[in-house]
Amino acid sequence: MSDIKENIIMKTENLAKLYGRNKSEAIEMLNNGASKAEVLEKAGVTVALWDINLDVKEGELFVIIGLSGSGKSTLVRCFNRLNTPTSGQVYYRDEKLRELTKEQLIKFRREKIAMVFQHFGLMSHRNVIENVEYGLEIRGVDKEERRKKSIEMLHMVGLEGVEDMPLTSLSGGMKQRVGLARALANDPDVLLMDEPFSALDPLVKRDMQFELLKIHQKMKRTIIFITHDINEAFKLGDRVAIMRDGKLIQLDTPENMMTNPADDYVRNFIEGADRSQVMSVRNVMITPSTIVWLNDGPKRAIQEMRSNNVSSAYVCSQDMDFKGVITLEGALKLQDKNTKVADHMITDVTSVDAEATIADVMPLAADTKFPIPVLEDGKLIGIVSKASVISTLASDSIEEALEDNQTQESA
Amino acid sequence: MDWLYQFPFQYTVDTDAIDSGFRSFAVSADVILSAIRNGLNSLLTVINDILVFIPWWVFVLAVFFIGFKQSKKITTGVVYAVMLYLIGMVGLWDLMIPTLAIIVAAVFISILFGFPIGVLVSTSDRANNIVRPILDTMQTMPIFVYLIPAVLLFGLGRVPGVMATVIYSIVPVIRLTNLGIRQVNEEVVEAAKAFGSTKLQSMIKVQIPQAFPTIMAGVNQTLMMAMAMVVTTSMIGVAGLGLEVLISVNRIEVGRGLVSGTAVVIIAILLDRLSQGWVKQREVEED
Repeated sequence: MSDIKENIIMKTENLAKLYGRNKSEAIEMLNNGASKAEVLEKAGVTVALWDINLDVKEGELFVIIGLSGSGKSTLVRCFNRLNTPTSGQVYYRDEKLRELTKEQLIKFRREKIAMVFQHFGLMSHRNVIENVEYGLEIRGVDKEERRKKSIEMLHMVGLEGVEDMPLTSLSGGMKQRVGLARALANDPDVLLMDEPFSALDPLVKRDMQFELLKIHQKMKRTIIFITHDINEAFKLGDRVAIMRDGKLIQLDTPENMMTNPADDYVRNFIEGADRSQVMSVRNVMITPSTIVWLNDGPKRAIQEMRSNNVSSAYVCSQDMDFKGVITLEGALKLQDKNTKVADHMITDVTSVDAEATIADVMPLAADTKFPIPVLEDGKLIGIVSKASVISTLASDSIEEALEDNQTQESA
Repeated sequence: MDWLYQFPFQYTVDTDAIDSGFRSFAVSADVILSAIRNGLNSLLTVINDILVFIPWWVFVLAVFFIGFKQSKKITTGVVYAVMLYLIGMVGLWDLMIPTLAIIVAAVFISILFGFPIGVLVSTSDRANNIVRPILDTMQTMPIFVYLIPAVLLFGLGRVPGVMATVIYSIVPVIRLTNLGIRQVNEEVVEAAKAFGSTKLQSMIKVQIPQAFPTIMAGVNQTLMMAMAMVVTTSMIGVAGLGLEVLISVNRIEVGRGLVSGTAVVIIAILLDRLSQGWVKQREVEED
């Protein structure tokens, strides 16, 4: 999706957060495998987080997803120490956040990390620009410079000419853009976003997701994004962590999670997801059976098509570079002439990249006369038919979809 | 069977000892007390002089304009102005001034001490637990009880009057400052923290401004409570409208009581509306 450097920027190690008095008893119970409900009943301790180990890579859009009460908001607040963990560590690069002094913590929050809140967390006594400036103001940046920077950030999030307006005159989507601009104005290494779009209506939400992806592409910031919406998670996330009852269940790329859910909980969770947005064409393509070479004559093409019972063949060069398609009718017309398929193939064929999602292919599949060739670096690696696209959407599980495709003959 | 109706252990509180203890405290602390007395006296004199210096029609015009600005209706302004004019018309203007001076001084002192106490209490649950019962006591103790120590410490006149008024009227500022700051949206406070504000920055730049409407409601309440003490404090010799009411009660002069009582009511209404209207206007702007 975006170029991720492999440096780990934030990391948690056996992170736990408990609320209540009998923490030591609760920890012992948890070590013996007790569940959240048991610990609450017997020790009176609420387990918000238990044994979280994850790492966030620099430049990554890292999504944490879970239902309410799964501990995701508690977790994100450990990254800027709005919550202090009960045990375990959170690292920013090599620094342990727990060991920061008060002054170091304030400096860390001012310079390295910023946060966007679900209900915006904006200050109603300040107007738009004063809100965006807040982070710079408390850092002691002088007035002119912070104003310039804030206006630039407002433009970046798509707001212009609202600088001096009171917050009350803004819609929800605009308010969250202000929240985002305020966070970006601080030039943070890591941007925490706690369900930033949950309070917005669906259309505005989609715009904001798009805007966020654009900004992420442009600024290459590390973003830790919290959501309870699986579609949002899979749409935005380079990697997704699923939380349940304060524990981390699975951490993987959206696609791997779709194809290899860790357990039934994850499977149920992602059932609601629109898999066409996530699954790439690679997963549903089939091996093309009828390939002819540039130098072949029409006779061989016809023979190939006949033996495979199809009406088109894919023309490739010797090293599998995709060149075009020849149809049965085309080949039959040429049959008696002494020509090569290369001279009569259709070259303006829509092809797709192996990494394209099924959703991208869907409109193409509806129009095309023959299965769409799938390319990787210009080489033909498979084809995808109308039928296989549709069956992916119709079948109940990925495995089934894949099986369906294996058994299917190309049209 | 008498024992059923009797308290088994009895103890007579030695009120005489408390009295004499208090008196000797008053004597030994005389240096500090007279410093306070002189300070308050000069504060009152300054306020009184300013109020006397301003001609009556300036007050009437000011009330008209503020009323008009708040309600956007000319009639409201006119009604307020006429009400104030009535006080002067019946010849009570000169009595109103010292009363106003005492109210202004008491509210000023209440805010001066009450606001910082409220801010402090809002930052600590322990302080809150200690202060809350004290505030409850201050508010529920019959107000006459304050008059006795005030007289003992500061003698008769307007200084003990202001002291007693402050004790009674400081409570709402503290309470509502505390409440207002505690009620600030948690996410907003989190946001201030997340951007690296120090505690002081968060308090000054975010929490207090966010709590401002509630704090102003507290100031309004303080004003009203100070107003309520006007007649009571006249019992220890505070001059003004309160004394006028007290005299008419003592002499059973219904007409005089009605006129001076109405003047007190008018001032109360004007102070309430003018200060409350300001709070409401802020709220409308912000929400």
